[in-house]
Amino acid sequence: MRWLLVKDLRILRRSPLLVALLVLYPIVIAVLIGFALSRGPDKPEVAFYNGLAGTPAIVELGGERIDLTEEGSRLFEEITPVPADSRAEAIQKVRDGDVLGALIIPENLASNLQSTLEPGTVEVFYNAEDPAKKEFVENTIEAQVQRANAALTKRIAEEALELLDLISEGGDYSFLGQDFDVLGLARAERILSDVRETLPPGSPERERLEEVIDFGELARENLAFSDDVLAVVGEPIRVEATALEGGSTSLSAFAVALAASVSLMFITLLLAAGMLAIEREENAFARLVRGLVSRSALLVEKAGLAAVCSSAVCLLMLAGLGLFVEIDWGRFPLWLGAVIAGALAFAALGLAIGALTREVRAASLLAFMLSLPLAFLALVPSGAVGPALYDVIRAVSAAFPFKPTLDALDAALNDAGGLAGPLLHLAGLAVAFGVLSRIALRRFA
Amino acid sequence: METATATTIVARDLVKRYGDRVALRGVSLSAGRGELVAVIGPNGAGKTTLLSILAGIQRADEGVVEESPSIGWVPQQPALYGKLTVEENLMLFARLERSPDPHATVDHMLDLTDLGERAGDQVSTLSGGNRQRVNIAIGLLGRPEVLLLDEPSAALDPRQRERLWEFILRLAGEGTTVVYATHHIQEADRHANRLVVLADGESVFDGSPRELEQATGTTGLDFEQAFVEFLRQRGH
Repeated sequence: MRWLLVKDLRILRRSPLLVALLVLYPIVIAVLIGFALSRGPDKPEVAFYNGLAGTPAIVELGGERIDLTEEGSRLFEEITPVPADSRAEAIQKVRDGDVLGALIIPENLASNLQSTLEPGTVEVFYNAEDPAKKEFVENTIEAQVQRANAALTKRIAEEALELLDLISEGGDYSFLGQDFDVLGLARAERILSDVRETLPPGSPERERLEEVIDFGELARENLAFSDDVLAVVGEPIRVEATALEGGSTSLSAFAVALAASVSLMFITLLLAAGMLAIEREENAFARLVRGLVSRSALLVEKAGLAAVCSSAVCLLMLAGLGLFVEIDWGRFPLWLGAVIAGALAFAALGLAIGALTREVRAASLLAFMLSLPLAFLALVPSGAVGPALYDVIRAVSAAFPFKPTLDALDAALNDAGGLAGPLLHLAGLAVAFGVLSRIALRRFA
Repeated sequence: METATATTIVARDLVKRYGDRVALRGVSLSAGRGELVAVIGPNGAGKTTLLSILAGIQRADEGVVEESPSIGWVPQQPALYGKLTVEENLMLFARLERSPDPHATVDHMLDLTDLGERAGDQVSTLSGGNRQRVNIAIGLLGRPEVLLLDEPSAALDPRQRERLWEFILRLAGEGTTVVYATHHIQEADRHANRLVVLADGESVFDGSPRELEQATGTTGLDFEQAFVEFLRQRGH
């Protein structure tokens, strides 16, 4: 078997174009899928005109000074601002296609907020020449504006709460540099109660005073609920998300596992199917199995060759991706296990393809035709299709190695779920496809 | 040409079916040391099936093959790796044959086939004749007592055929039993000690070329015409 392996490696070495395509094509596909899945344009450029520049951007609400520039900085977490000197210049940059959109902060924003009579308004301009761009700009800029808005609302609600507490309980209050002692409902109620005791029982003044005292008590009790109410106003809908299945893998980390799985699948399938089929195309199969090598040993050799080569490329790719995406190198033994298990299962599938098709071109075509649908099927989320169709998709995905390889790599790379289940699944598939390829080899010569 | 002295391969009552089609119907064959046996017959007669059963590529559904300790097999299409050189192909199969000294074996085969000068050339660059010589050399790596060749001279030009037969006759002269299937009836007449004629999976003749001519009961025909007449008389 060793000499067969040496022979195959020698043949691969003498086919540099084929090997380059075999390695580069899946990597390019994998990286493209990874990028498509993980992100849109990275921090798009947005023209920014700040009408508050040069003027104090401080809003005083209930004695609290809120710096609008600081609050507004949240807008720039997801975009790269391109400064503009005027509103018109910012809009022109959008028209010229220099920037994705323009964000205008008007000069009256601070005064409007300060007055609390009108809401502060910012303007957004963008080109909507294609639906994808329109969707992206709307989602990115408006989401960021809403985040800033929500943060500001929360701050205002907090200030309002402090004011209400002052009205309820009384205390010191500063405004425009002057200190005030606010009486508050509680102290007013105590004063009025003391006065009531000085009035004769049944007197009309005493009855009217009791009405005022009751009102004060009622108002204070209701104000006690105001913090809950204002908390709800500041954040009307709060999300408590619980993942029932899967882990907490980020999209970019998942994209790494996906890219590795796609790359592993393409290389292993094509190599295993092609190198087995080539034995028949070169008419060497019959000569080999005439007592020189058993059919099973031939399959083991081809599976080993495909698995070792594809695992090496996959690990190199992961190391390369590690330069751009954070990967936990402490989990390397787990990656290695997942990559090897996936490669062996793909190799067994590749052998079955090679044994069934019996020629290199047909084997390569079938491997390609099978690979992409398997990858896409594995990514169909629950709820995207009807329950019956989703069950079918799950069953089909489970019958091939892509989904369990993706699960295993996700678990190994990102600590998302258990690794043992996918590894056992892959072992089962490797055995099943190995048996299928051995049976198909009976009619191979 | 050495006379046959001892039987090196025997097959009895071989039957092979492919689904409903019967490829061989009770075919028997034997050959002695140094004997040259040609298996001839029309297309689809079962020649390749018979040789592949003798070579152990396929199993007969019925019948027995008493195999020689070593059989070399040379398929019709050269079974070689085009990306490997002549020497690398020979070395690979010598190692797989567990040759005790693969380098010496390969050198010997390169001398035997006069391919020493082309040893470093990739097989894909060789002519059809030279590929067939490498193909035969691989069949001989295990120093077999019996060499089975399926259409060895197919696709070769007359000069290449002549060189090939010189090589095969030399092997037979050294004691190797050679059983070959061929469409070239004149080659069977010229080189074989014995003919086995198959038609529709049946063995319809086993004897020398002269005996086949006599069996037709006609005179003045060349060997190919005599063969066609023989088949016609037997309803094929």
